[in-house]
Amino acid sequence: MNITLPISEEEVRKLKAGDVIYITGKIFLARDAAHKKLLSLSDEEVPINPKEMAMYHCGPVVKKEGNEWKVVSAGPTTSARMEIFEYEFIKRFRVPIIIGKGGMGERTQKALMEFGAVYTAYTGGAGALAAKAIKRVVDVYFLDELGMPEAVWVFEVENFGPLTVAMDSHGNNLYKDVQDKAAKRKEEILTSL
Amino acid sequence: MNLEKLENELVEALRLAATSLPKDVQEFLEKAYEKETNPVGKAQLKAILDNVFYAREKKLPMCQDTGIQTFFVVAGYDFPHLKQIPKIIEKAVIRATKEVPLRPNTVHPFLEKNPGDNTGRFIPYINWSFVEGSELKIYCLPKGGGSENMSTLAMLPPGKGLKGIKEFVVEHVYKMGGKPCPPTILGIGIGGGADIAMSLGKKAILRKLGERHPEDFVAKFELEILEAVNKLGIGPMGLGGDTTVLDVHVEYAHRHPASLPVGIVVQCWADRRAVVKVGEDGNVEVMQ
Repeated sequence: MNITLPISEEEVRKLKAGDVIYITGKIFLARDAAHKKLLSLSDEEVPINPKEMAMYHCGPVVKKEGNEWKVVSAGPTTSARMEIFEYEFIKRFRVPIIIGKGGMGERTQKALMEFGAVYTAYTGGAGALAAKAIKRVVDVYFLDELGMPEAVWVFEVENFGPLTVAMDSHGNNLYKDVQDKAAKRKEEILTSL
Repeated sequence: MNLEKLENELVEALRLAATSLPKDVQEFLEKAYEKETNPVGKAQLKAILDNVFYAREKKLPMCQDTGIQTFFVVAGYDFPHLKQIPKIIEKAVIRATKEVPLRPNTVHPFLEKNPGDNTGRFIPYINWSFVEGSELKIYCLPKGGGSENMSTLAMLPPGKGLKGIKEFVVEHVYKMGGKPCPPTILGIGIGGGADIAMSLGKKAILRKLGERHPEDFVAKFELEILEAVNKLGIGPMGLGGDTTVLDVHVEYAHRHPASLPVGIVVQCWADRRAVVKVGEDGNVEVMQ
């Protein structure tokens, strides 16, 4: 399924865990330090409009060619580290789609349900493939302050994916389903060792 | 011998490691893809393989986390230029960071500053070991933070025995879920002491996939663990599937009667390695 950003809350709520989507439009990058930074700013100081983009948990490898930034490799980072910020972040900025890897916790799930958003999984480590779908670096903020991996990069992407909707706005969570099944299997495995 | 050539070849080895997945790992991923029965897991393996081929073709780092640069140097006692090796490795890392490029990944734990060239206190880290002869081998193991964060140690009561080790590994693979970018490779170090078990676990990661421990009872133990953890169904990226772990490598040392240290070192599917070999004749060669 192809999705062009910006996306309405109504459309986001139609997405279900297990759906595979490809995104076209603008995405911004935010890891730990960027979450902290953006949340510390007043509304006037926030340089981007997260509501119209998707947020990508990623610290890229980027190089400058002449005056232009070029993305070399940009796969997802472990999303669990952002759990401490995400409820507040979604509540304040209403970002509709989060892209990361490994899944997130219950507070994020609550935010997805309350404010109408989804968490999607991009294949961990697939940094070169991701770079292929990034057409242009639109801008970068707080680069000097936070450094290359932690800065807020804004990318224009085309058919960025495959992204698996792993947590939806209805409380479904693929990771949790897998872990619940694994918990049962684990008991069988341990008794058979 | 030509030390400048050694530095150049080390830069090439770091480029090769970052951009080209070793063939043994690729073959294991392809096999996992072919036999995967869960469509979500299969799609993840497809994306991994597409990424591997694209990165190799375009000479791009397959993963943006190009790791902390770690080296295992196996040096002959009679290798003539030992003194220069740490400096050559450091220079190669600085150059590779610019030329490949690699992500600058070294952060000062107190001052939070990143020097931007992948060096710092004790980094690049070099593990030394010595053998007879005058050859030199430098194993490059750039390892990402996501999988390294999942490495762990248990000081088991020795009474728990081998079964206890298996239980610890199964519990840990379950607990990790999708976080270390499965399908992973597990390096398990047993015995010695806390530091020795971890270090053996990391060394075990250097072994090629499918290569078993030379002692039969250890080889059998590796396969038993592999079979057990793959029954969990965590699958590629923790989204469900048949392959959670590609291979298990065990190394061991004798233990203290009161201790059974078990170190688990976790490597993500991007099991990046390269070797630079300096022969007795001074000839320098990059291998994978």
